[in-house]
Amino acid sequence: MHKIWLIIQREYLTRVRKKSFIIMTLLTPLLLAAFMIVPAWLVTISDSAETVMVLDESGLFADKLEDKKDLKFLPLAGTLDQAKTVYRETDNTALLYIPRDFSISEPEKVVIYSKKSASLQTKVRLENALEKEVENQRFIASGMERETLEKIKADISLTTINLSDEGERDSSVVANSIAGVAGAVIIYFFIFMYGVQIMRGVIEEKTNRIIEVIISSVKPFQLMMGKVVGIAAVGLTQFLLWIVLSLIVVGGVQSAFGVKPPPTPLEQMASGREAALGEEVDDADAQAQEEDRAAKVVSESMAAISNLNFPLILGSFLFYFLGGYLLYGSLFGAIGAAVDNETDTQQFMFPITIPLIISFIMSYTLVLKNPDGPVAFWMSIIPLTSPIVMMVRVPFGVPAWELLLSMALLVLGFVFTTWIAARIYRIGILMYGKKINYKELSKWLFYRV
Amino acid sequence: MSILKIDGVTKRYSNHTALDNVSFEIPTGCIFGLLGPNGAGKTSLIRIITQITGADSGEVYFKGERLKPAHIKDIGYLPEERGLYKKMKVGEQLLYLAQLKGLSKDEAKTRIKEWIDRFEIKEWMGKQIEDLSKGMQQKVQFIATVMHEPALIILDEPFSGFDPINANLIKDEILRLRERGATIIFSTHRMESVEELCDYIALINRSRKVLDGPVKEVKDAYKTDTYQIIGNGHLLVTSPDFEVLEQHESHGIFRANIKLLNNTKPNDLLAYLIPRVEIHSFIELVPSINDIFIRKVKETHHA
Repeated sequence: MHKIWLIIQREYLTRVRKKSFIIMTLLTPLLLAAFMIVPAWLVTISDSAETVMVLDESGLFADKLEDKKDLKFLPLAGTLDQAKTVYRETDNTALLYIPRDFSISEPEKVVIYSKKSASLQTKVRLENALEKEVENQRFIASGMERETLEKIKADISLTTINLSDEGERDSSVVANSIAGVAGAVIIYFFIFMYGVQIMRGVIEEKTNRIIEVIISSVKPFQLMMGKVVGIAAVGLTQFLLWIVLSLIVVGGVQSAFGVKPPPTPLEQMASGREAALGEEVDDADAQAQEEDRAAKVVSESMAAISNLNFPLILGSFLFYFLGGYLLYGSLFGAIGAAVDNETDTQQFMFPITIPLIISFIMSYTLVLKNPDGPVAFWMSIIPLTSPIVMMVRVPFGVPAWELLLSMALLVLGFVFTTWIAARIYRIGILMYGKKINYKELSKWLFYRV
Repeated sequence: MSILKIDGVTKRYSNHTALDNVSFEIPTGCIFGLLGPNGAGKTSLIRIITQITGADSGEVYFKGERLKPAHIKDIGYLPEERGLYKKMKVGEQLLYLAQLKGLSKDEAKTRIKEWIDRFEIKEWMGKQIEDLSKGMQQKVQFIATVMHEPALIILDEPFSGFDPINANLIKDEILRLRERGATIIFSTHRMESVEELCDYIALINRSRKVLDGPVKEVKDAYKTDTYQIIGNGHLLVTSPDFEVLEQHESHGIFRANIKLLNNTKPNDLLAYLIPRVEIHSFIELVPSINDIFIRKVKETHHA
């Protein structure tokens, strides 16, 4: 045990002291800060107003097109050709031409002339402005007021409540999905990043030929496990530092610059929903209303988040995080032992990466859509896929027996892959200059050493 | 008493036998040459002694006990393929390897200090292995091998990669370690160093032991009662007791290899020669270990 501890220490310290580790650990929170600052900064610089010249031969829109903060209208008179000449001499964004025969019953034939082709955004905004005015005029024509319509419109947002044995619990599908997918993504990347580090470490020891010195002092299994555990500690350290540093950086940026963080996925989803409702966000009232509603969604989501079963999610995250890593980690170690250099690893990496990638893809497609379906069930029970898939399911609520079965199988799976890996490892580390295939590898499982 | 007893050890791999019923003993406090051509099974045997692998059958006894994990700290092993962690500092590396052998941290530090003073390499301690020359790396590895003061030190081709000065340094260290009571197994296929250092040898060829014993006995067993005589005069041997194997003459100086027959003694040859020629030198031609090695290897190949 003492020797494993020494190995863990070495694996941990040599990696944590590496420049690449320190840079990665510091850079990631800084990148995060950049992601906060840059969009905010971009918003402030792209604020320059656009001016659109309007030649309205129909006279329907005279003075009706309201200037906005970043979109100004400049009425022109005269013929189209004159207007075009005038427009060419200016820096204005576009020339909006409303022909004489335009009518609210047949709102066609409007043309935008622009020096550069008009951006989609400009086009949509102009269309919105015109549509609104046409609608207004139609309201007037039909004898109905716009305000009446606003009153008629309904605003409904559904609150979902989980009915479970423990009673009612507010839940939000969105919050559940985010919590689950975030956990799964972290586990996925952790397994890959640090699994490959294990593999590289083994290859390094093999190509350095230090392996023979080490295993004349310790058992190959001790060396392998020391490496797996040591690197796990490196990963945990990195994540912990990321969380701490990110909190510091985010807090620092917010207080120092007063920058509002970019919309969280929740807010984005909220505004996406609003957009889907076909709401127009033009006049100030609607904007305020919009903000209210977004705030409502956010606060609902916050409520949903605080309603998530955090101890359970965090507990299972840690379990599947370590379980998944240990399950795959020793296999990565075995691959490292079976080859002489990194270029030979490809053929053996394949069977390991396939279940990981499949469970990753499945987790945010099928599993997210139907967290209790048969695919989700089986993939969250089978140890090779369960660390990722079960993590997605947990926030939606999983029956206790399924969770326990999945965890028990993961432990068994870990013991089994470690057994296989150790058998390949003990032979492989002393084998040089031989191209290994699967047949050879399977023989190693039953060699006596 | 022997420090190591190898008793009928056999090791098979899937398609060949690496060791076939090999037995011999290594006396305590000697330098033991484990000889054999490449691929003879030396490394397999060493890996069994260092408990990297196990024998399929047969036993190895260390100080009279069956080999067990507790013996690891009494054995130091310098593999033929040298290797250290390239990105690790010399001092840290030595500390780590010593601790893996079971030394406490403080003990390891004291030993490291002794060795860096002895080899005068203090300024290397903070350097990474990859920044050292190959010879320096070898020295560091030698220290790592013997630092925990093992009773049995196994050196696989210890001089390969050393320049003559450092090779001598290592040679002196090996002799010093023997004086302090350590037993050294010296695995090599280069014979010149064997004759100089080894007290005992075992020769392995094609996974079998073909020969073992004290160097002197082995040589005596292979000597052919042949003498080389250099002298002045015209030599013509006509006695049936002596057979001239080879003879050269130039500028009145002759050189002849003469074999004694019919149980005659060297003095008989001298008595026969003295009245006839002027003798400048008279040397017994003892076969070198190299000759014996080549002869035995050829024999087993023909067998």
